[in-house]
Amino acid sequence: MILLVDLCYEKESLSMYEFVHPIADILMHSGFSIEIRHYSELARHMPEKYDKIILCGTALKDNYYAKQISSFSWIKCCRTPLLGICAGMQVIGSVFGGRIVPQQAIGLETIEIIRESALLGEPRTIEGYHLHNFGVTVPDDFLLLAGYDEHVEAFKHKNLSIYGIIFHPEVRNRWILDRFANL
Amino acid sequence: MKLGVLFSGGKDSVFATYRAMQKNQVACLITLISQNPDSYMFHTPNIHRTNLQAEAVGIPLLCRPTLGEKEKELEDLAAAIKGARDEYGIQGVVTGAIESVYQAVRTQRICQALDLWCFNPLWQINQVDYLRQLLLEGFQVIITGVFAYPFDDSWLGEELTAECICRLEELWKKYKVSPSGEGGELETMVLDGPIFQKRLEILRSSKSYCNYRGRLFIEEMRLVDK
Repeated sequence: MILLVDLCYEKESLSMYEFVHPIADILMHSGFSIEIRHYSELARHMPEKYDKIILCGTALKDNYYAKQISSFSWIKCCRTPLLGICAGMQVIGSVFGGRIVPQQAIGLETIEIIRESALLGEPRTIEGYHLHNFGVTVPDDFLLLAGYDEHVEAFKHKNLSIYGIIFHPEVRNRWILDRFANL
Repeated sequence: MKLGVLFSGGKDSVFATYRAMQKNQVACLITLISQNPDSYMFHTPNIHRTNLQAEAVGIPLLCRPTLGEKEKELEDLAAAIKGARDEYGIQGVVTGAIESVYQAVRTQRICQALDLWCFNPLWQINQVDYLRQLLLEGFQVIITGVFAYPFDDSWLGEELTAECICRLEELWKKYKVSPSGEGGELETMVLDGPIFQKRLEILRSSKSYCNYRGRLFIEEMRLVDK
């Protein structure tokens, strides 16, 4: 069972169709069971019963999650493989000591994968769909997987299966979700 | 949140309106009437009929003309959205984009520049499941334009039914034609649905068709009580 965490500004918002349902559809199409929870429902409960956890993205104008970082403190104790997408990556970075920084990207851009990983494979360039006004710096315990220090595209925790990608894999890069689900 | 929906009267913008109405207040519908039948951004067949659809769903319509020239039509779209913000106080824009990164990115940038939210509630939806959902939810949809091989003129005016969806699914498997017409292969018009207080009835229409490109021109239609 994979848990999808909805990071949108409110539970059951109109944005959910855009940032959570596409991820759910892709995973279900690949044969995985999923459960969706809004982040506000997890604030005090460590989500332990899942095989994987994905923190989904939000609308360009939706940065409420950044004011609620304490709601995600469970991430630090989490030993379940975790993937943060866009806003989800920013949350992971922030929880581990990185800084959420202004950084806008809208549309398809080339992504340079610089380090081999189980999630993104070997170093090469791919094209990815971006939709964000903020990025995040690489925390101390993390490795840069793609992009560069001033524009982090992907990172991974040095010892744990915790990943972040700033682009949206549901567009043109669905294989990333399959790879994560199969880790 | 008060929202404006980019509204062509086709199934995608009507279904996006439906989803937006379930979550927020739709303050207005926004229609760009393009003079370019091959516009990259805007649906064109029977676009002037959105006034009757807006009346049927009971939401004000803001209509703006555009020459439909690539990229320049975006300035017209931005002006129309700004008009909706000023006139109806909208805080966000809703689109029926499914797969088109071209359309989605341009709308996102306009909304960003105008400090508005942008919602795409059909984004990346499974197209065949979506067509079936339209039927389940009670939408009456007809095909008003075909623009790709192997569509012949018999598709023009055809109503979306379970059997029609099966045929579209077969064409998708055989020819890679997008079942919901996301690549511009098909255009549709919605005549009725759960958000319609009245339904639309076509009284007179004609067809134009040549080389896998055809249009159904709706010459006369009216609103009918449900």
